[in-house]
Amino acid sequence: MAYFLQQLINGLTLGSIYGLIAIGYTMVYGIIGMINFAHGEIYMIGAFISVITFLVLGELGISYIPLALVVVLLCTMVLTGVWGWTVERIAYRPLRGSFRLAPLISAIGMSIALQNGVQVSQGARVKPIQPIIQGGLTLFHQGDFDVVVSYLQIFILVLTVALMIGFTWLITRTSLGRQQRACEQDRTMAGLVGVNVDRTISMTFVMGAVLASVAGLMVTLQYGVIDFYIGFLAGMKAFTAAVLGGIGSLPGAMLGGLLIGLIESFWSAYFTIEYKDVATFGILVLVLIFRPTGLLGKPEVEKV
Amino acid sequence: MTVQVKDTSAATAPNVLFPALKEAFIASLLIVALGLPLLGLKADNQGPDLVLTKRWDLLGIAVAVMFVGRFVLAFLRGQKAARQGGLPQEKKKSGDNSIARLLNQNAKVLGLLGLLCAILMPFVIPDANARYVIFISTTFMIYIMLGWGLNIVVGLAGLLDLGYVAFYAVGAYSYALIATHFGWSFWICLPLAGLFAAFFGVVLGFPVLRLRGDYLAIVTLGFGEIIRVILINWGPVTGGPNGIGGIPAISFFGIEFSRGEGGFASDFGLEYSSMHKIIFLYFVILGMAVLTNLFTQRMRKLPAGRAWEALREDEIACRSLGINPTNIKLSAFALGAMFGGFAGSFFSVRAGFISPESFTFIESAVILAIVVLGGMGSQMGVVMAAALIVLLPETFRQFAEYRMLAFGVAMVLIMVWRPRGLLAFREPTIRLHPKDHQASVKEAA
Repeated sequence: MAYFLQQLINGLTLGSIYGLIAIGYTMVYGIIGMINFAHGEIYMIGAFISVITFLVLGELGISYIPLALVVVLLCTMVLTGVWGWTVERIAYRPLRGSFRLAPLISAIGMSIALQNGVQVSQGARVKPIQPIIQGGLTLFHQGDFDVVVSYLQIFILVLTVALMIGFTWLITRTSLGRQQRACEQDRTMAGLVGVNVDRTISMTFVMGAVLASVAGLMVTLQYGVIDFYIGFLAGMKAFTAAVLGGIGSLPGAMLGGLLIGLIESFWSAYFTIEYKDVATFGILVLVLIFRPTGLLGKPEVEKV
Repeated sequence: MTVQVKDTSAATAPNVLFPALKEAFIASLLIVALGLPLLGLKADNQGPDLVLTKRWDLLGIAVAVMFVGRFVLAFLRGQKAARQGGLPQEKKKSGDNSIARLLNQNAKVLGLLGLLCAILMPFVIPDANARYVIFISTTFMIYIMLGWGLNIVVGLAGLLDLGYVAFYAVGAYSYALIATHFGWSFWICLPLAGLFAAFFGVVLGFPVLRLRGDYLAIVTLGFGEIIRVILINWGPVTGGPNGIGGIPAISFFGIEFSRGEGGFASDFGLEYSSMHKIIFLYFVILGMAVLTNLFTQRMRKLPAGRAWEALREDEIACRSLGINPTNIKLSAFALGAMFGGFAGSFFSVRAGFISPESFTFIESAVILAIVVLGGMGSQMGVVMAAALIVLLPETFRQFAEYRMLAFGVAMVLIMVWRPRGLLAFREPTIRLHPKDHQASVKEAA
């Protein structure tokens, strides 16, 4: 029981990270119907920016941890947002209205370019960083097994919930959110009633990138090592999460992320750690076969 | 495409210098924001710790290049707009593909010429770099085969497969396993590897082919990763991360390419040369590639092949005409997988060693890029794109670090420049009235 609870906590933490990345996929898919393949790399860039910002702060001598965290969080969000905007501007906007595979290929190219660009500019070795948030709460003992929630996990969960609340507010209450939902339903019509479609799509990419960058920061804190290759697998799992939850659905992305995180940590805990990725994709395949629109997705009506 | 309104303002205000400066300034500001953490600063490993290295010179260069480049571009554009009296310029139609049309219409002649060159090539190249050239050409041929195989799935049947490398891996591994365990010859292992890959295609395809577009893409992507994870972790059979070595080399229909009695050279009264084996392998791959092409061309004229293309265009119409989409898709998937398997066995017989590292997602992306960059459905386009993708990185080998970076950037640029691929040009496979018939009808009218 204690072991189970511990895995549940770990799984939820991991799942929050996947969920934050998955939202970027699902938003972009909802609004322009393409898989933003470079999104995983945006997350990787977010992680790198957070590491570098930590180093800069260390050099400036700021050692008060809450202040450092806030500064790093803001810097990472803003700078990664700029990256998200640029990627959309260069690789996707010229291809809008082009045929279906063109943006996907362009996205794969962008992903390769970003990955190798970071490798060239930052070096291929893994970047270790000292643990920033240490310690934790012991919930209870069972035998000689302690169920521990580290402060870091609390930080990650609280930050995720806060971001989700802010994000839901943004989508449901602000004019930007309304424009996004309008573009999602019908881009041409939204343009006709005065929504600046290009700007809205850009903002969608920026929002996705911002959330992914927070995930990058969380991974930096959680694991303490990053390298230029982390974007690929995390991106793929997050996309799996988005599909699992029902692509185009925002709560679905978060739910899918949590599920993938839980599946992964339980599988690693009770079965074999080597095959955890196989388990993730196996479940994805099963879900798609029996419920092709994902858990929370709306069924698509085929019209002739 | 929207026409930028900004351009027209140049007419009313003939001063194009200021807007260009402004544009360049904004672009440079963007570069500062992008490059500040990743270019200007570097997290250097120093023992177990990271130290910050500052590279302001690098950032400065990037900003300067961006400023000048953007300024020149914007200035020229502004002047052009001013000359044209501020009329918004017509965007060049992207349908302008006379070269593509020319190449595609003369594909037969070009193909035969290319084949002739490929056959003569091993005999005319100087000995000094023959080994290297043939090695590269063999790689090139493997990629052409992969491209043509995937072209059946993506280009003809319109199924987006992001895990094609899985079939390539299945082919390579089944060849390697059969050849090393049973010691069967190349000519038995090759069809078996193809069959295994096709079998995997059917097994994967059967449950997932009901899925549409992007879901199919992600499931195939997942399948590609699953195969790779299994290859890495199933140590007793696949050799784990170390892979399989000592794969027997190709034989001339049972005669080994070995030195001394009973070898190829002595049987045919030739002087022994290690080149014989390589050249023979090259010819076998060439033959196999030609066969793949003929097969595909032939398939397009058969009912199944026509059903592939019809399915790509409109699935609902197909279903209402009594075509079973699952079976047709499955056949495309299995055939594509089979060619992937063949290419895989060539890969393992050439290298004599395989490991899971050769079958990463990047490989799938490269093969898909070959198909899409070439122009989907165009056999000629696949050849050109394969040449581009195999030969370009070879030429830039000394800049190994920047190779993949350049590859990614090139993919983006080609897509932005020609979204339908380099040789995108689609002739209807079948016409209600043949061309000359149409002409005669016109004359009569």
